[in-house]
Amino acid sequence: MAEQNGKSKTKLLDELEKGPWPSFVREIKKTSDVSPTCDDLLGQLELSYEERKGHWKHGGIVGVMGYGGGVIGRYSDVPEQFPKVAHFHTMRVNQPSGWFYTSDALRTLCGIWERHGSGLTNMHGSTGDIVFLGTKTDELEPTFAELTKAGFDLGGSGSCVRTPSACVGPARCEHACYDTLKLCNDLTHAYQDELHRPPFPYKFKFKCAGCPNDCVAAVARADLSIIGIWKDEIQQDDAAVAEYAAKGLDIQKNVCEQCPSKCMNWDGKKLTIENKDCVRCMHCINAMPKALRPGKERGAAILIGSKAPIVQGALLSSVLIPFVPEAELMETLKELVSRIWEFWDEYGKNRERVGELIQRVGMANFLDAIGLDPAPEMVTAPRDNPYIFFREEAAK
Amino acid sequence: MTPKPKRITDIGPPNYEKFLPPVVKRNYGQWKYHEILSPGVLVHVAESGEKLYTVRAASPRLLSVHTIRLFADLADKYCGGYLRFTSRNNVEFLLTDEKQIEPLKGDLAAAGYPVGGTGRTISNIVHTQGWVHCHSSATDASGLVKSMMDGLFPYFAEEKLPAKLRIAVACCLNMCGAVHCSDIAVLGVHRRPPKVRHDILPNVCEVPTLIASCPTGAIRPATVNGKQSVEVIEEQCMYCGNCYTVCPAMPLNDPDNDGISIWVGGKVSNARSTPKFTKLAIPFLPNNPPRWPEVVEAVEKIVTTYAEHAKPFERLGEWIERVGWPRFFQLTGFEFTRYHIDDFKHAGLTFARSAHLKF
Ligand code: SF4
Ligand code: SF4
Ligand code: SF4
Ligand code: SF4
Repeated sequence: MAEQNGKSKTKLLDELEKGPWPSFVREIKKTSDVSPTCDDLLGQLELSYEERKGHWKHGGIVGVMGYGGGVIGRYSDVPEQFPKVAHFHTMRVNQPSGWFYTSDALRTLCGIWERHGSGLTNMHGSTGDIVFLGTKTDELEPTFAELTKAGFDLGGSGSCVRTPSACVGPARCEHACYDTLKLCNDLTHAYQDELHRPPFPYKFKFKCAGCPNDCVAAVARADLSIIGIWKDEIQQDDAAVAEYAAKGLDIQKNVCEQCPSKCMNWDGKKLTIENKDCVRCMHCINAMPKALRPGKERGAAILIGSKAPIVQGALLSSVLIPFVPEAELMETLKELVSRIWEFWDEYGKNRERVGELIQRVGMANFLDAIGLDPAPEMVTAPRDNPYIFFREEAAK
Repeated sequence: MTPKPKRITDIGPPNYEKFLPPVVKRNYGQWKYHEILSPGVLVHVAESGEKLYTVRAASPRLLSVHTIRLFADLADKYCGGYLRFTSRNNVEFLLTDEKQIEPLKGDLAAAGYPVGGTGRTISNIVHTQGWVHCHSSATDASGLVKSMMDGLFPYFAEEKLPAKLRIAVACCLNMCGAVHCSDIAVLGVHRRPPKVRHDILPNVCEVPTLIASCPTGAIRPATVNGKQSVEVIEEQCMYCGNCYTVCPAMPLNDPDNDGISIWVGGKVSNARSTPKFTKLAIPFLPNNPPRWPEVVEAVEKIVTTYAEHAKPFERLGEWIERVGWPRFFQLTGFEFTRYHIDDFKHAGLTFARSAHLKF
């Protein structure tokens, strides 16, 4: 189908095979030996490029038996023209923590998808899942059976716990303040039922970042953001600081002056950090990883409520618990999550994320409901408006 | 009759531990520091003195099983069969032998997956499905990414920027992906409410479900030509596509009104300044496939202006905050319009509430 009478039928898309960046068009083209659906996918995409509009529709719940998520139903709105992609569903496969694989595991996944689907994937989807792109309804169960036999399971979709994800953490990063991979894996396994059988008003995401650099965008993209942090002093190696200076790093200008709390002093020989004023932003540590490291008393801050704009506008997560020691993380999260879900279940409206619920009912009421005491770390400043709704028991 | 094999469910993902290379297992949580050896190549040094070399290669994210097998073969050849992917969809090979770096880079380049994206570079663009696979897309994500990265390629392959620069693409306001907190966000926008197909609606959709699907309550029941249908209160519609998700008779796609907006200055990291949202730079550019020249040009303009003016370590948003938004619009030449002034919830927070002015 790519060619007819010697002429390419994907003139516009062919343009995107040129240039230094790897081409998704080439990926689709070279998969047409796996499945003829790739030809119709290209054909429909070319049509979209010509007409400048999409040609997919949703509709019709599809899935595997007993699960309420993990499969996204997708149908062509021009099936007469492109019958091979009339049904072209996506399967989300839960990735291993940190996206580590062996070559054998990848080959197993490829084999399964070659037998049952288009042979096209996303490595990975926005939430973190392995995405199997495009198959028919009757291939869903056989794919699922092979996946589970190989030790893989589906990820989340719809109003459920979405597939948690984690930064590379202690597997390869010197900044990790807790074991992100283990926590992500433990959370995913603890909430299998909530992940596969949507029980909530809307989706709920966990993201595990090992330090405030937040390489998984936890603060922007997770209802519960678990961000590694330390409590004691930055570990400092003076000899290594001197080495950075000798190699040409302008410590005064590029480190001290950029410290948001202005708590660093460099006298040309010795770096002094006023640790009690440090906000643990990571800048100095990023600039001199050989010389400075997070402290030894490590754990995580728990923030709540971030989301993309739909429905009431985008939110960043905000501080709920400033510090939980690493050893207590899982226990604390389980307790916290059960209280949050209970409140959300009772008061959340349809398609209302936890962050929006908090906006609607007020953080103070939310804290009461989940049994947490207010703390100054939760706000950038106390309120500046005088409309305080005093409670009856407070007034006499 | 042979008994059916027991159906396996709820096993969750495989345990990551079995996918960790031995050098990682030996030094888990014991990494001391890292250095960037060259763009796309990192060395992590453990307390034990052991070294782990990472080679990061570009990926279009949409991968054929053939490509994944190619990566698997390279992992066998160079890394004892271990590899990983990053949160920005790059592929990373994990080596213990420094001498293997160059041959691996050579093989990757020959196969068309160049190495780069570490440190002060533009790493892979996080993006969504677009016309390749989503029903509510106002543009194609993969094509935009390909067009932009071809143009920005030198910034991927070499460390030419003051700090890292993160770009994201989302093809509708649902914003799968962290586009609301990236240095540069390229966002597909619809600008007209769905056009109700009264002819087919009663046959393909349930009216109550459809009405309930609209987050802003913009859909109400109506009788059209004696048949049950719906109408959309246009001022209330924010073009989210939820109605189209439940009802194919509510198409939102519109070639002339759909297009692209560009947002700048967001970040998720806490380094120096706190995480921030992206802010509007350009409210609308036309969809112009296959290469989207207007979008590529605008993004390149932002990148080169930032590269020229920002201080070392300063992210795009930090630079803009230091020099001020008027300077940003002046330096880029982008027009400041009525659409740049927020009119959603808490809009007043972005009004300039001081006499701090720069000229
Ligand atoms: S978030 Fe921190 S610990 Fe995790 S990979 Fe990034 S820098 Fe390392
Ligand atoms: S971590 Fe940030 S706030 Fe703390 S000393 Fe370093 S630069 Fe300053
Ligand atoms: S951003 Fe919108 S159009 Fe793009 S994949 Fe997500 S929901 Fe679909
Ligand atoms: S596009 Fe969204 S806001 Fe507009 S009518 Fe449909 S559901 Fe409502």
